[in-house]
Amino acid sequence: MNEKKHVSSNPHIRSKMSTSKIMFFVIIALLPATGFGIWNFGYRAAILIAVSVGSAVLTEFIYEKCMKLPVTIDDLSAVVTGLLLALNLPSTLPWWMAALGAVFAILIVKMLFGGLGQNFMNPALGGRCFLMICFTARMTDFTYDGVSTATPLAIIKDGGQVALLDMIIGRIPGTIGETSTIAILIGAVFLICMGVIDLRIPGTYLISFTVLMGLFSGNGWNIEYLTGQLCGGGLMLGAFFMATDYTTTPITEKGKYVYGLALGIMTFILRHFSSSAEGVSYAIIICNLLVPLIEMVTMPKCFGKGGEA
Amino acid sequence: MNKTIKPLINGLITENPTFVLMLGMCPTLAVTTSAINGLGMGLTTTAVLVLSNIVISLLRKLIPDSVRIPAFIVIIASFVTIVEMLLKAYVPTLYTALGIYIPLIVVNCIILGRAEAFASKNGVIASMFDGIGMGLGFTIGLTSIGIVREILGSGKLFGYMILPESYEPLTMFILAPGAFLVLAFLVALLNKIRDKKGKKPLTIGTCDAGCKACPIENCKGRMNGSDKEDGKNE
Repeated sequence: MNEKKHVSSNPHIRSKMSTSKIMFFVIIALLPATGFGIWNFGYRAAILIAVSVGSAVLTEFIYEKCMKLPVTIDDLSAVVTGLLLALNLPSTLPWWMAALGAVFAILIVKMLFGGLGQNFMNPALGGRCFLMICFTARMTDFTYDGVSTATPLAIIKDGGQVALLDMIIGRIPGTIGETSTIAILIGAVFLICMGVIDLRIPGTYLISFTVLMGLFSGNGWNIEYLTGQLCGGGLMLGAFFMATDYTTTPITEKGKYVYGLALGIMTFILRHFSSSAEGVSYAIIICNLLVPLIEMVTMPKCFGKGGEA
Repeated sequence: MNKTIKPLINGLITENPTFVLMLGMCPTLAVTTSAINGLGMGLTTTAVLVLSNIVISLLRKLIPDSVRIPAFIVIIASFVTIVEMLLKAYVPTLYTALGIYIPLIVVNCIILGRAEAFASKNGVIASMFDGIGMGLGFTIGLTSIGIVREILGSGKLFGYMILPESYEPLTMFILAPGAFLVLAFLVALLNKIRDKKGKKPLTIGTCDAGCKACPIENCKGRMNGSDKEDGKNE
Protein backbone atom coordinates (compact mmCIF):
# COMPACT_ATOMS: atom_id res chain seq x y z
CA MET A 1 0.00 0.00 0.00
CA ASN A 2 2.74 2.36 0.86
CA GLU A 3 3.79 3.55 -2.57
CA LYS A 4 5.80 6.47 -1.31
CA LYS A 5 9.32 6.55 -2.66
CA HIS A 6 11.71 6.18 0.19
CA VAL A 7 14.42 8.79 -0.24
CA SER A 8 17.41 8.73 2.00
CA SER A 9 20.83 10.26 1.85
CA ASN A 10 23.90 8.19 1.09
CA PRO A 11 25.47 5.76 1.89
CA HIS A 12 22.98 3.39 0.29
CA ILE A 13 25.00 0.21 0.48
CA ARG A 14 25.84 -0.78 3.99
CA SER A 15 28.33 -3.36 5.12
CA LYS A 16 26.98 -6.18 7.21
CA MET A 17 29.99 -5.84 9.46
CA SER A 18 29.34 -4.09 12.75
CA THR A 19 31.62 -3.28 15.62
CA SER A 20 30.21 -6.03 17.79
CA LYS A 21 30.53 -8.53 14.94
CA ILE A 22 34.19 -7.63 14.37
CA MET A 23 34.90 -7.86 18.08
CA PHE A 24 33.09 -11.20 18.22
CA PHE A 25 35.29 -12.53 15.41
CA VAL A 26 38.39 -11.32 17.24
CA ILE A 27 37.25 -13.13 20.38
CA ILE A 28 36.71 -16.35 18.39
CA ALA A 29 40.13 -15.92 16.80
CA LEU A 30 41.69 -15.55 20.23
CA LEU A 31 40.03 -18.73 21.54
CA PRO A 32 42.76 -21.15 20.33
CA ALA A 33 45.48 -19.08 22.02
CA THR A 34 43.33 -18.67 25.15
CA GLY A 35 42.49 -22.36 25.30
CA PHE A 36 46.10 -23.33 24.83
CA GLY A 37 47.16 -20.85 27.51
CA ILE A 38 44.72 -22.36 30.01
CA TRP A 39 45.82 -25.90 29.12
CA ASN A 40 49.49 -24.87 29.31
CA PHE A 41 49.41 -22.87 32.54
CA GLY A 42 46.46 -24.40 34.38
CA TYR A 43 43.56 -22.91 36.28
CA ARG A 44 45.50 -19.81 37.36
CA ALA A 45 45.49 -18.61 33.77
CA ALA A 46 41.72 -19.10 33.58
CA ILE A 47 41.23 -17.04 36.75
CA LEU A 48 43.42 -14.23 35.40
CA ILE A 49 41.54 -14.16 32.10
CA ALA A 50 38.16 -14.08 33.87
CA VAL A 51 39.26 -11.32 36.25
CA SER A 52 40.78 -9.23 33.48
CA VAL A 53 37.78 -9.49 31.17
CA GLY A 54 35.37 -8.96 34.05
CA SER A 55 37.05 -5.85 35.37
CA ALA A 56 37.47 -4.38 31.89
CA VAL A 57 33.75 -4.71 31.17
CA LEU A 58 32.77 -3.55 34.64
CA THR A 59 35.02 -0.48 34.42
CA GLU A 60 33.48 0.56 31.12
CA PHE A 61 29.97 0.00 32.50
CA ILE A 62 30.58 1.97 35.71
CA TYR A 63 32.34 4.82 33.89
CA GLU A 64 29.53 5.20 31.39
CA LYS A 65 26.88 5.02 34.12
CA CYS A 66 28.70 7.64 36.19
CA MET A 67 29.22 10.00 33.26
CA LYS A 68 25.63 9.38 32.07
CA LEU A 69 26.82 8.15 28.67
CA PRO A 70 25.16 5.45 26.60
CA VAL A 71 26.40 2.09 27.83
CA THR A 72 28.48 0.47 25.10
CA ILE A 73 29.61 -2.76 26.71
CA ASP A 74 27.54 -4.81 24.26
CA ASP A 75 29.94 -3.89 21.44
CA LEU A 76 32.31 -6.40 23.10
CA SER A 77 35.35 -4.15 22.70
CA ALA A 78 35.96 -4.16 26.45
CA VAL A 79 35.90 -7.95 26.39
CA VAL A 80 38.56 -7.97 23.67
CA THR A 81 40.70 -5.49 25.61
CA GLY A 82 40.42 -7.54 28.80
CA LEU A 83 41.16 -10.78 26.98
CA LEU A 84 44.19 -9.36 25.14
CA LEU A 85 45.53 -7.90 28.37
CA ALA A 86 45.17 -11.24 30.16
CA LEU A 87 46.93 -13.03 27.31
CA ASN A 88 49.85 -10.64 27.86
CA LEU A 89 50.26 -11.41 31.55
CA PRO A 90 52.34 -14.14 33.14
CA SER A 91 50.14 -16.76 34.77
CA THR A 92 51.75 -16.25 38.19
CA LEU A 93 50.54 -12.68 38.51
CA PRO A 94 48.21 -11.98 41.48
CA TRP A 95 44.62 -11.55 40.29
CA TRP A 96 44.28 -8.01 41.65
CA MET A 97 47.14 -6.83 39.46
CA ALA A 98 45.31 -8.11 36.41
CA ALA A 99 42.22 -6.22 37.58
CA LEU A 100 44.28 -3.06 38.11
CA GLY A 101 45.78 -3.37 34.64
CA ALA A 102 42.34 -3.80 33.09
CA VAL A 103 41.00 -0.76 34.96
CA PHE A 104 43.97 1.32 33.79
CA ALA A 105 43.55 0.11 30.20
CA ILE A 106 39.85 0.88 30.00
CA LEU A 107 39.58 3.94 32.22
CA ILE A 108 42.71 5.89 31.41
CA VAL A 109 43.80 4.72 27.98
CA LYS A 110 40.35 4.25 26.45
CA MET A 111 37.45 6.02 28.18
CA LEU A 112 39.17 9.24 29.23
CA PHE A 113 40.23 9.81 25.66
CA GLY A 114 36.68 9.41 24.41
CA GLY A 115 35.95 5.69 24.31
CA LEU A 116 36.07 3.23 21.45
CA GLY A 117 37.68 4.68 18.35
CA GLN A 118 39.29 7.59 20.17
CA ASN A 119 42.04 5.91 22.15
CA PHE A 120 45.53 7.06 21.21
CA MET A 121 47.18 3.74 21.94
CA ASN A 122 46.16 0.14 22.22
CA PRO A 123 44.36 -0.08 25.61
CA ALA A 124 45.47 -3.64 26.34
CA LEU A 125 49.10 -2.77 25.71
CA GLY A 126 48.74 0.44 27.69
CA GLY A 127 47.51 -1.67 30.62
CA ARG A 128 50.31 -4.17 30.17
CA CYS A 129 52.99 -1.49 30.08
CA PHE A 130 51.49 0.15 33.18
CA LEU A 131 51.81 -3.18 35.03
CA MET A 132 55.24 -3.70 33.51
CA ILE A 133 56.52 -0.39 34.91
CA CYS A 134 54.79 -0.80 38.27
CA PHE A 135 55.52 -4.44 39.00
CA THR A 136 58.56 -5.23 36.86
CA ALA A 137 59.64 -8.20 38.96
CA ARG A 138 56.19 -9.82 38.99
CA MET A 139 55.61 -9.22 35.31
CA THR A 140 58.84 -10.90 34.29
CA ASP A 141 58.54 -13.82 36.69
CA PHE A 142 57.79 -16.73 34.39
CA THR A 143 57.11 -19.98 36.16
CA TYR A 144 56.66 -23.09 34.09
CA ASP A 145 55.79 -26.50 35.55
CA GLY A 146 56.44 -25.08 38.98
CA VAL A 147 59.94 -23.89 38.11
CA SER A 148 60.85 -20.27 37.60
CA THR A 149 62.72 -20.08 34.31
CA ALA A 150 63.88 -17.68 31.68
CA THR A 151 61.78 -17.31 28.55
CA PRO A 152 63.20 -18.80 25.34
CA LEU A 153 63.72 -15.29 24.07
CA ALA A 154 65.94 -14.43 27.02
CA ILE A 155 67.85 -17.69 26.49
CA ILE A 156 68.38 -16.85 22.82
CA LYS A 157 69.53 -13.38 23.73
CA ASP A 158 72.18 -14.85 26.01
CA GLY A 159 73.33 -17.09 23.17
CA GLY A 160 71.69 -20.30 24.37
CA GLN A 161 69.83 -22.95 22.41
CA VAL A 162 66.12 -23.69 22.60
CA ALA A 163 63.92 -26.45 21.27
CA LEU A 164 62.27 -24.89 18.24
CA LEU A 165 59.43 -27.41 18.02
CA ASP A 166 58.40 -26.59 21.59
CA MET A 167 58.39 -22.91 20.72
CA ILE A 168 56.14 -23.41 17.71
CA ILE A 169 53.72 -25.63 19.61
CA GLY A 170 53.92 -23.48 22.70
CA ARG A 171 55.23 -25.76 25.46
CA ILE A 172 57.40 -22.92 26.81
CA PRO A 173 57.25 -20.37 29.62
CA GLY A 174 55.92 -16.93 28.77
CA THR A 175 52.75 -14.93 29.10
CA ILE A 176 49.44 -16.78 28.94
CA GLY A 177 48.58 -16.25 25.30
CA GLU A 178 51.85 -15.65 23.53
CA THR A 179 53.51 -19.05 23.74
CA SER A 180 51.79 -21.05 21.03
CA THR A 181 52.63 -19.78 17.55
CA ILE A 182 50.32 -22.37 15.98
CA ALA A 183 47.28 -21.35 18.05
CA ILE A 184 47.87 -17.68 17.24
CA LEU A 185 48.29 -18.41 13.53
CA ILE A 186 45.03 -20.41 13.47
CA GLY A 187 43.26 -17.36 14.89
CA ALA A 188 45.05 -15.03 12.48
CA VAL A 189 44.08 -17.11 9.45
CA PHE A 190 40.47 -17.07 10.66
CA LEU A 191 40.53 -13.27 10.96
CA ILE A 192 42.09 -12.87 7.52
CA CYS A 193 39.48 -15.19 5.98
CA MET A 194 36.66 -13.26 7.62
CA GLY A 195 38.11 -10.02 6.29
CA VAL A 196 38.63 -8.51 9.73
CA ILE A 197 42.35 -7.93 9.28
CA ASP A 198 44.61 -8.05 6.25
CA LEU A 199 48.21 -8.99 5.87
CA ARG A 200 49.60 -5.55 5.13
CA ILE A 201 50.58 -4.54 8.65
CA PRO A 202 51.54 -7.95 10.12
CA GLY A 203 53.27 -8.92 6.85
CA THR A 204 55.39 -5.77 6.64
CA TYR A 205 56.06 -6.00 10.36
CA LEU A 206 57.28 -9.60 10.37
CA ILE A 207 59.26 -9.29 7.12
CA SER A 208 61.03 -6.07 8.09
CA PHE A 209 61.79 -7.47 11.54
CA THR A 210 63.20 -10.70 10.08
CA VAL A 211 65.32 -8.85 7.52
CA LEU A 212 66.74 -6.50 10.16
CA MET A 213 67.46 -9.39 12.51
CA GLY A 214 69.13 -11.29 9.67
CA LEU A 215 71.25 -8.36 8.61
CA PHE A 216 72.25 -6.72 11.86
CA SER A 217 71.82 -9.12 14.77
CA GLY A 218 75.28 -10.59 14.29
CA ASN A 219 73.91 -14.09 13.87
CA GLY A 220 73.53 -13.87 10.12
CA TRP A 221 70.74 -15.71 8.34
CA ASN A 222 70.69 -18.48 10.90
CA ILE A 223 67.30 -20.16 10.47
CA GLU A 224 67.14 -21.42 14.02
CA TYR A 225 67.92 -18.02 15.47
CA LEU A 226 65.42 -16.23 13.26
CA THR A 227 62.65 -18.76 13.93
CA GLY A 228 63.33 -18.44 17.65
CA GLN A 229 63.06 -14.67 17.42
CA LEU A 230 59.84 -14.87 15.41
CA CYS A 231 58.10 -17.46 17.56
CA GLY A 232 59.42 -16.26 20.90
CA GLY A 233 57.88 -13.54 23.00
CA GLY A 234 54.83 -11.57 22.00
CA LEU A 235 55.78 -10.96 18.39
CA MET A 236 53.12 -13.18 16.77
CA LEU A 237 50.35 -12.13 19.15
CA GLY A 238 51.38 -8.50 18.79
CA ALA A 239 51.67 -8.55 15.01
CA PHE A 240 48.31 -10.18 14.32
CA PHE A 241 46.12 -9.00 17.19
CA MET A 242 47.57 -5.79 18.63
CA ALA A 243 49.23 -4.05 15.70
CA THR A 244 46.07 -4.47 13.62
CA ASP A 245 43.76 -2.67 16.04
CA TYR A 246 41.67 -0.36 13.80
CA THR A 247 41.80 2.71 16.02
CA THR A 248 45.54 2.86 16.43
CA THR A 249 46.67 2.09 12.90
CA PRO A 250 46.90 4.41 9.90
CA ILE A 251 43.87 4.48 7.61
CA THR A 252 45.85 5.15 4.46
CA GLU A 253 47.09 2.24 2.32
CA LYS A 254 50.68 3.46 2.14
CA GLY A 255 50.57 4.37 5.79
CA LYS A 256 49.91 0.75 6.72
CA TYR A 257 53.17 -0.33 5.09
CA VAL A 258 55.04 2.55 6.74
CA TYR A 259 53.52 1.60 10.07
CA GLY A 260 54.49 -2.06 9.67
CA LEU A 261 58.02 -1.04 8.75
CA ALA A 262 58.25 1.28 11.76
CA LEU A 263 57.07 -1.57 13.99
CA GLY A 264 59.72 -3.90 12.58
CA ILE A 265 62.48 -1.36 13.10
CA MET A 266 61.30 -0.45 16.62
CA THR A 267 60.99 -4.09 17.70
CA PHE A 268 64.43 -4.88 16.30
CA ILE A 269 65.98 -1.93 18.13
CA LEU A 270 64.27 -2.81 21.42
CA ARG A 271 65.01 -6.52 21.24
CA HIS A 272 68.57 -6.15 20.02
CA PHE A 273 69.93 -3.13 21.85
CA SER A 274 67.89 -2.88 25.06
CA SER A 275 68.65 -4.76 28.23
CA SER A 276 65.42 -6.77 28.15
CA ALA A 277 64.76 -9.57 25.69
CA GLU A 278 61.24 -8.48 24.80
CA GLY A 279 60.21 -5.28 23.08
CA VAL A 280 57.03 -5.90 21.14
CA SER A 281 54.60 -4.14 23.46
CA TYR A 282 56.71 -0.98 23.76
CA ALA A 283 57.34 -1.01 20.01
CA ILE A 284 53.63 -1.15 19.28
CA ILE A 285 52.64 1.62 21.66
CA ILE A 286 55.46 3.87 20.44
CA CYS A 287 54.34 3.31 16.84
CA ASN A 288 50.71 3.94 17.89
CA LEU A 289 51.86 7.44 18.81
CA LEU A 290 53.39 7.87 15.35
CA VAL A 291 50.12 7.03 13.59
CA PRO A 292 48.76 10.61 13.22
CA LEU A 293 52.10 11.62 11.73
CA ILE A 294 52.14 8.69 9.32
CA GLU A 295 48.59 9.49 8.23
CA MET A 296 49.50 13.12 7.66
CA VAL A 297 52.45 12.23 5.44
CA THR A 298 50.75 9.48 3.45
CA MET A 299 47.36 11.12 2.94
CA PRO A 300 46.50 10.66 -0.75
CA LYS A 301 45.94 13.77 -2.82
CA CYS A 302 42.52 14.53 -4.28
CA PHE A 303 42.11 13.83 -7.98
CA GLY A 304 43.20 16.89 -9.89
CA LYS A 305 45.18 18.27 -7.01
CA GLY A 306 48.45 16.53 -7.81
CA GLY A 307 51.67 18.32 -8.51
CA GLU A 308 51.68 21.70 -6.85
CA ALA A 309 50.07 21.58 -3.47
CA MET B 1 42.03 45.13 51.60
CA ASN B 2 41.91 44.65 47.86
CA LYS B 3 45.48 45.78 47.30
CA THR B 4 46.96 43.15 49.55
CA ILE B 5 44.53 40.29 49.92
CA LYS B 6 43.40 40.08 46.34
CA PRO B 7 46.80 39.17 44.86
CA LEU B 8 47.20 36.64 47.66
CA ILE B 9 43.90 34.87 46.97
CA ASN B 10 44.53 35.25 43.27
CA GLY B 11 47.77 33.28 43.45
CA LEU B 12 46.42 30.68 45.84
CA ILE B 13 43.17 29.83 44.11
CA THR B 14 41.90 31.69 41.07
CA GLU B 15 45.24 31.78 39.29
CA ASN B 16 47.01 28.92 40.98
CA PRO B 17 50.25 28.66 38.99
CA THR B 18 50.29 24.87 38.96
CA PHE B 19 46.66 23.96 38.41
CA VAL B 20 45.30 26.93 36.49
CA LEU B 21 48.13 28.84 34.83
CA MET B 22 50.12 25.66 34.17
CA LEU B 23 53.38 27.46 34.67
CA GLY B 24 56.64 26.03 35.96
CA MET B 25 55.80 22.53 34.73
CA CYS B 26 59.41 21.37 34.67
CA PRO B 27 59.99 21.39 38.47
CA THR B 28 56.34 20.41 39.01
CA LEU B 29 56.78 17.17 37.13
CA ALA B 30 60.38 16.46 37.96
CA VAL B 31 60.85 16.96 41.70
CA THR B 32 57.48 15.90 43.10
CA THR B 33 58.50 12.29 43.69
CA SER B 34 57.77 12.83 47.37
CA ALA B 35 55.77 15.30 49.41
CA ILE B 36 58.83 16.70 51.16
CA ASN B 37 60.58 17.39 47.85
CA GLY B 38 57.51 19.18 46.56
CA LEU B 39 57.25 21.25 49.72
CA GLY B 40 60.96 22.09 49.64
CA MET B 41 60.88 23.11 46.01
CA GLY B 42 57.72 25.15 46.54
CA LEU B 43 59.10 27.06 49.52
CA THR B 44 62.44 27.68 47.81
CA THR B 45 60.65 29.09 44.79
CA THR B 46 58.41 31.17 47.07
CA ALA B 47 61.43 32.73 48.75
CA VAL B 48 63.00 33.65 45.43
CA LEU B 49 59.69 34.88 44.05
CA VAL B 50 58.91 37.16 46.98
CA LEU B 51 62.41 38.66 47.09
CA SER B 52 62.66 39.18 43.34
CA ASN B 53 59.16 40.66 43.18
CA ILE B 54 60.05 43.16 45.91
CA VAL B 55 63.32 44.22 44.30
CA ILE B 56 61.92 44.41 40.79
CA SER B 57 58.98 46.43 42.02
CA LEU B 58 61.38 48.82 43.78
CA LEU B 59 63.52 49.20 40.66
CA ARG B 60 60.65 49.27 38.19
CA LYS B 61 61.06 52.97 37.43
CA LEU B 62 64.83 52.74 37.10
CA ILE B 63 65.01 49.84 34.66
CA PRO B 64 64.67 50.95 31.02
CA ASP B 65 61.99 49.09 29.14
CA SER B 66 64.32 47.81 26.43
CA VAL B 67 66.60 45.90 28.78
CA ARG B 68 64.06 44.87 31.39
CA ILE B 69 64.24 41.11 30.74
CA PRO B 70 68.04 40.83 31.22
CA ALA B 71 67.74 43.03 34.27
CA PHE B 72 65.00 40.79 35.76
CA ILE B 73 67.11 37.71 35.04
CA VAL B 74 70.11 39.19 36.83
CA ILE B 75 68.01 39.99 39.90
CA ILE B 76 66.35 36.57 39.92
CA ALA B 77 69.63 34.73 39.35
CA SER B 78 71.24 36.55 42.28
CA PHE B 79 68.49 35.45 44.64
CA VAL B 80 68.56 31.90 43.32
CA THR B 81 72.32 31.75 43.96
CA ILE B 82 71.84 33.02 47.52
CA VAL B 83 69.06 30.53 48.20
CA GLU B 84 71.06 27.71 46.66
CA MET B 85 74.03 28.44 48.95
CA LEU B 86 71.75 28.64 51.98
CA LEU B 87 70.14 25.29 51.14
CA LYS B 88 73.54 23.69 50.62
CA ALA B 89 74.69 24.96 54.00
CA TYR B 90 71.62 24.26 56.15
CA VAL B 91 69.52 21.52 54.49
CA PRO B 92 72.01 19.46 52.48
CA THR B 93 69.59 16.50 52.16
CA LEU B 94 67.00 18.65 50.40
CA TYR B 95 69.79 20.21 48.36
CA THR B 96 70.87 16.79 47.06
CA ALA B 97 67.27 15.67 46.49
CA LEU B 98 66.38 18.71 44.40
CA GLY B 99 69.69 18.71 42.56
CA ILE B 100 69.82 20.56 39.26
CA TYR B 101 66.31 21.95 39.76
CA ILE B 102 67.53 24.53 42.29
CA PRO B 103 69.68 26.49 39.79
CA LEU B 104 66.91 25.97 37.27
CA ILE B 105 64.58 28.11 39.41
CA VAL B 106 66.15 31.01 37.48
CA VAL B 107 64.30 29.96 34.36
CA ASN B 108 61.05 29.10 36.15
CA CYS B 109 58.32 30.79 34.13
CA ILE B 110 56.38 31.75 37.25
CA ILE B 111 59.13 34.02 38.55
CA LEU B 112 59.87 35.82 35.30
CA GLY B 113 56.16 35.82 34.49
CA ARG B 114 55.21 37.55 37.75
CA ALA B 115 58.12 39.99 37.37
CA GLU B 116 56.97 40.91 33.89
CA ALA B 117 53.23 40.81 34.47
CA PHE B 118 52.89 42.10 38.01
CA ALA B 119 55.96 43.41 39.82
CA SER B 120 57.07 45.70 37.00
CA LYS B 121 53.66 47.40 36.99
CA ASN B 122 52.62 47.43 40.66
CA GLY B 123 53.76 48.77 43.99
CA VAL B 124 56.05 47.05 46.46
CA ILE B 125 53.46 45.82 48.95
CA ALA B 126 51.14 44.47 46.29
CA SER B 127 54.06 42.80 44.55
CA MET B 128 55.20 41.20 47.77
CA PHE B 129 51.75 39.75 48.42
CA ASP B 130 51.52 38.63 44.81
CA GLY B 131 54.82 36.82 45.30
CA ILE B 132 53.60 35.20 48.53
CA GLY B 133 50.30 34.18 46.96
CA MET B 134 51.81 32.79 43.80
CA GLY B 135 54.62 31.09 45.72
CA LEU B 136 52.24 29.46 48.20
CA GLY B 137 49.94 28.45 45.36
CA PHE B 138 52.90 26.79 43.69
CA THR B 139 53.89 25.15 46.99
CA ILE B 140 50.38 23.79 47.50
CA GLY B 141 50.34 22.46 43.95
CA LEU B 142 53.71 20.75 44.26
CA THR B 143 53.03 19.37 47.72
CA SER B 144 49.68 17.88 46.76
CA ILE B 145 51.15 16.25 43.67
CA GLY B 146 54.02 15.02 45.83
CA ILE B 147 51.63 13.60 48.45
CA VAL B 148 49.62 11.62 45.90
CA ARG B 149 52.71 10.34 44.11
CA GLU B 150 54.46 9.38 47.35
CA ILE B 151 51.45 7.50 48.75
CA LEU B 152 50.79 5.59 45.53
CA GLY B 153 54.38 5.16 44.48
CA SER B 154 55.97 4.13 47.74
CA GLY B 155 53.20 3.88 50.34
CA LYS B 156 54.72 6.65 52.43
CA LEU B 157 53.78 10.16 53.44
CA PHE B 158 56.51 12.66 54.31
CA GLY B 159 58.85 9.70 54.64
CA TYR B 160 56.67 7.71 57.08
CA MET B 161 55.14 4.42 56.04
CA ILE B 162 51.37 4.91 56.19
CA LEU B 163 50.11 2.01 54.14
CA PRO B 164 50.39 -1.58 55.40
CA GLU B 165 53.55 -3.55 54.65
CA SER B 166 51.69 -5.77 52.22
CA TYR B 167 51.05 -2.82 49.91
CA GLU B 168 52.92 -3.30 46.66
CA PRO B 169 53.87 0.19 45.49
CA LEU B 170 52.82 1.32 42.02
CA THR B 171 56.33 2.27 40.98
CA MET B 172 55.06 4.15 37.97
CA PHE B 173 53.86 7.01 40.14
CA ILE B 174 57.34 7.99 41.24
CA LEU B 175 58.50 7.87 37.63
CA ALA B 176 57.79 10.47 34.95
CA PRO B 177 54.51 9.02 33.57
CA GLY B 178 53.02 9.08 37.05
CA ALA B 179 53.79 12.79 37.37
CA PHE B 180 51.79 13.59 34.25
CA LEU B 181 48.91 11.35 35.32
CA VAL B 182 48.66 12.80 38.83
CA LEU B 183 48.86 16.38 37.54
CA ALA B 184 46.14 15.70 34.98
CA PHE B 185 43.86 14.08 37.54
CA LEU B 186 44.30 16.86 40.09
CA VAL B 187 43.57 19.52 37.45
CA ALA B 188 40.50 17.59 36.34
CA LEU B 189 39.34 17.33 39.96
CA LEU B 190 39.81 21.05 40.58
CA ASN B 191 37.98 21.95 37.36
CA LYS B 192 35.14 19.70 38.46
CA ILE B 193 34.94 21.51 41.80
CA ARG B 194 35.00 24.87 39.99
CA ASP B 195 32.21 23.65 37.74
CA LYS B 196 30.10 22.72 40.74
CA LYS B 197 30.58 26.15 42.24
CA GLY B 198 29.12 27.57 39.06
CA LYS B 199 32.35 29.11 37.88
CA LYS B 200 33.55 28.23 34.45
CA PRO B 201 36.90 26.47 34.31
CA LEU B 202 39.60 28.73 33.01
CA THR B 203 40.32 27.98 29.38
CA ILE B 204 41.90 29.82 26.51
CA GLY B 205 39.71 32.68 25.48
CA THR B 206 38.14 33.25 28.87
CA CYS B 207 39.60 34.59 32.05
CA ASP B 208 38.37 35.92 35.32
CA ALA B 209 41.55 37.59 36.34
CA GLY B 210 42.41 41.18 36.87
CA CYS B 211 43.82 42.73 33.75
CA LYS B 212 46.61 44.41 35.70
CA ALA B 213 48.29 41.09 36.23
CA CYS B 214 47.61 39.76 32.77
CA PRO B 215 50.51 39.43 30.35
CA ILE B 216 48.32 39.43 27.24
CA GLU B 217 48.44 42.79 25.54
CA ASN B 218 45.81 44.10 23.13
CA CYS B 219 43.10 42.25 25.02
CA LYS B 220 41.68 45.26 26.84
CA GLY B 221 39.30 43.21 28.88
CA ARG B 222 37.73 41.37 25.96
CA MET B 223 38.76 37.96 27.13
CA ASN B 224 36.75 38.07 30.30
CA GLY B 225 33.78 39.38 28.41
CA SER B 226 33.53 42.63 30.35
CA ASP B 227 34.92 44.94 27.65
CA LYS B 228 36.37 47.01 30.44
CA GLU B 229 40.04 47.55 30.68
CA ASP B 230 40.17 47.08 34.44
CA GLY B 231 38.66 43.63 34.09
CA LYS B 232 35.95 44.08 36.69
CA ASN B 233 32.66 42.45 35.94
CA GLU B 234 30.49 44.96 37.67
